[in-house]
Amino acid sequence: MARMAGRRTLFAGPVLLVVTFGVFAVAELSPFDPVKAYAGTAGLTAPQAELDRLAANLGVDQPLTARWWEWLTSALTGDLGTSAVMRQPVADVIGERLGWSALLALSAFAVALLLGTGLGVLAARRQGGLLDRAVSALAYTLEAAPAFWLGLLAIWFFSVRLGVLPSGGLTDAGSDVVTAGQVARHLVLPALVLGLSQLPWFFLYVRQGVADALEEDPVRGARARGVGERRVLLGHGLRSGMLPMLTLIGSRVPELITGALLVETVFSWPGIAAATVQAATSVDFPLLAALTVLATAAVLAGNLLSDLLYGLADPRVGFDG
Amino acid sequence: MRARTIRGPVGATAAAALITGLAACSGPTGGTASAGPDSAVVGIANEPETLSPLLGYGKDGNSKIFDGLLAHDADMKLKPALAEALPEVSADGLTYTYRLRQGVKFSDGQPFGAKDVVFTYRTILHEKTNNASKSELDAIAGVEAQGEDAVVFRLKYPYAPFAERTVLPIAPEHIAGGQDVNSGDFAAKPIGTGPYVLTAWSKGEKLSFKANPSYWGGEPAVKKFTMAVIKDDDVRATRLRSGELDGAILPPNLAGAFKDDGARRTWTAKTFDYRNVTMPTGNEVTGDVAVRRALDLAVDRGAMVDKLLEGAGKAAYGPVPTGSPWFAPGTERTYDLAAARKILDEAGWVPGDDGIRAKKGLRATFPLWHTSGDKIRQDHALAFASDARKAGIEVKIESGSWEVIEPRMKTDAVLAGGGSPADPDFDQYLTLHSSLAGDGFNNMARYDNKTVDRALVDGRRSGDPAARKAAYDTVQRELVKNPGYIYLTHIDHLYVVNDKWDGPSTQVEPHDHGLGSGPWWNIENWKPKQN
Repeated sequence: MARMAGRRTLFAGPVLLVVTFGVFAVAELSPFDPVKAYAGTAGLTAPQAELDRLAANLGVDQPLTARWWEWLTSALTGDLGTSAVMRQPVADVIGERLGWSALLALSAFAVALLLGTGLGVLAARRQGGLLDRAVSALAYTLEAAPAFWLGLLAIWFFSVRLGVLPSGGLTDAGSDVVTAGQVARHLVLPALVLGLSQLPWFFLYVRQGVADALEEDPVRGARARGVGERRVLLGHGLRSGMLPMLTLIGSRVPELITGALLVETVFSWPGIAAATVQAATSVDFPLLAALTVLATAAVLAGNLLSDLLYGLADPRVGFDG
Repeated sequence: MRARTIRGPVGATAAAALITGLAACSGPTGGTASAGPDSAVVGIANEPETLSPLLGYGKDGNSKIFDGLLAHDADMKLKPALAEALPEVSADGLTYTYRLRQGVKFSDGQPFGAKDVVFTYRTILHEKTNNASKSELDAIAGVEAQGEDAVVFRLKYPYAPFAERTVLPIAPEHIAGGQDVNSGDFAAKPIGTGPYVLTAWSKGEKLSFKANPSYWGGEPAVKKFTMAVIKDDDVRATRLRSGELDGAILPPNLAGAFKDDGARRTWTAKTFDYRNVTMPTGNEVTGDVAVRRALDLAVDRGAMVDKLLEGAGKAAYGPVPTGSPWFAPGTERTYDLAAARKILDEAGWVPGDDGIRAKKGLRATFPLWHTSGDKIRQDHALAFASDARKAGIEVKIESGSWEVIEPRMKTDAVLAGGGSPADPDFDQYLTLHSSLAGDGFNNMARYDNKTVDRALVDGRRSGDPAARKAAYDTVQRELVKNPGYIYLTHIDHLYVVNDKWDGPSTQVEPHDHGLGSGPWWNIENWKPKQN
């Protein structure tokens, strides 16, 4: 197990290297112009000579490999460079925003995991029952509904209609101190929306997994021996039904990141996702590269986590090493 | 895992219907703003990249954190700010002397002085400074302090609207001078002499300000001011309705919903913000003066204002809106399809079988690009194409990002926008002078008209207001004879604000509305309403 973790970690280095180079190469090929993005509306009236000088100052007139090498070597010494689009050091951009994104993603993950598992087990117990049909229908609807639309719906219902929850931002718009109470209140809607958008996957997997497990011989045997329904469900059904879901946990990480992107935009949540979009469309190399490393690391860690969990939950599954 | 038939679809449809039905039955209750009258929260669409004047923030005035040497009043007339009076201009128009207001302090308590002015301008003009607007200060040859209380600008050439450029904010040398101008934290933690002090900037979320108690113009009555960054129009309208915002900028259709709201007031700012179609000289069809003149008469500007802008705008006959003192009376054109057809007939453009004209084998057709995702531009492009079709000219609408459009600007038409109210030179020289043809995004149509070139130079160099007026009249009349662009509309900017203050008003606004625009341009003068 430790060997698997170690092996994967060693493997992560080259993967990250290739991914960052890929990002630079793709950005180079993209039609977006970093100088124009930097200049914004002022760029529409600036003479060409001015734009050329800006390109030189920003270092974007360098060839692809030179830019990548320079970024890499300074990143390894701890200097992540300056974000052109945010006009501040990349480390500051990430430092200011990453925590808020992590808070949102983890809360949403908890919502999706707990609700999805709970409802999945209940639905599997009486497949075809009223609860199963209602929740399954809802799950398919949620799967089809864009997170953006869910967000607007939630704002309309909870903020405008009922007036019970704030509709956006990290704290009340008029307040400039960040208190835990305010953040908690402002977190409810975005976390709920992001969580709900992830819910169908967990629910459907658990429902299917548990239902299948309940059909297996050991469970039939246990039932025949008179073991209580509760123990059958939690002890046998859930345990083997959880297996496919554990793999899912890790593989949902990329989805969670893209989902967070839309949700953060709707709720003006000052996280890293919004910065990612800006970095990409502005061809902001230093910020884009750092964010890509982060996202890739998150995905690799997610995969490792699900493999480890899988191995722990079912001793029959070996670790790949 | 066994395959299992999905029982969901029927139920899913029912649930979806339930949810959408829920969304459809509207009628949200109007809330009142949570904050008191001494605090204001407004929703804005775009966040600034930087708050450093050295990198371009606040260059057109109305920065709440900083002051310029001069500022604009409600009528866009220049008034003294950090200068104690309007500048003394030498007879040859080459030297501008500003006497500075005494006793002004930055919000950190340090005194403001001539060295800060010199530092600000020199830093902006420095070639390593990444300020994309520095060409606006191109006329400056040098700037020097004259003692402690005066600053002198020497110009390379007489530039009549120069004083308009000195509304740009002054940065403190003792803070900004000690760090990298392009990446230092001054851009995020600015210190200025202005009526408000930045207390927090949560990027992507909001900017928070508090009143500057030692502001030289007196402490503002609105003690707390917040600008919430909300990109999506619908979300902004929703948050305004829920009472979280005291005001917001909104597109006409969303602003319309607040018209009968007794607690809120809708503000319509007149603008110089035009939408036009470039007629590139590099294209044989749009390069033909007859085609240009015909299209100029064939477009139904009134219908565009009524239908596309829901009345919130004006027909545009040139870069200058009809209500401005710079407008050349008599250049208004009425919609006249018959006249347009006659011009084309006389020029030899003969209608073909499909109604599209041709001249010596050349079909009267050209592409028109608009930026994707911009609904107002798309609507204008479609309306323009439909009007052109009636005159026998085929316009093919295409959309893309600026990166896609730029390489095609030489031969393809573009639905463009622009406009600057401070001085006619700012917009017209860049879009019309032949020396700037195809230079960046300047003079996109590559318009080349010697009479216009001469008038534009006269207009920027002459210090005599009457001569300047005559020059810009000439430009507008030439545009009637040979339109390099078909100007369509000037677009009003709409704002909805809670009606609990005395003081909100609107200025004439430019195309690019930064943080300085909106009824809160003068928030430092707002007072809570006495009831």
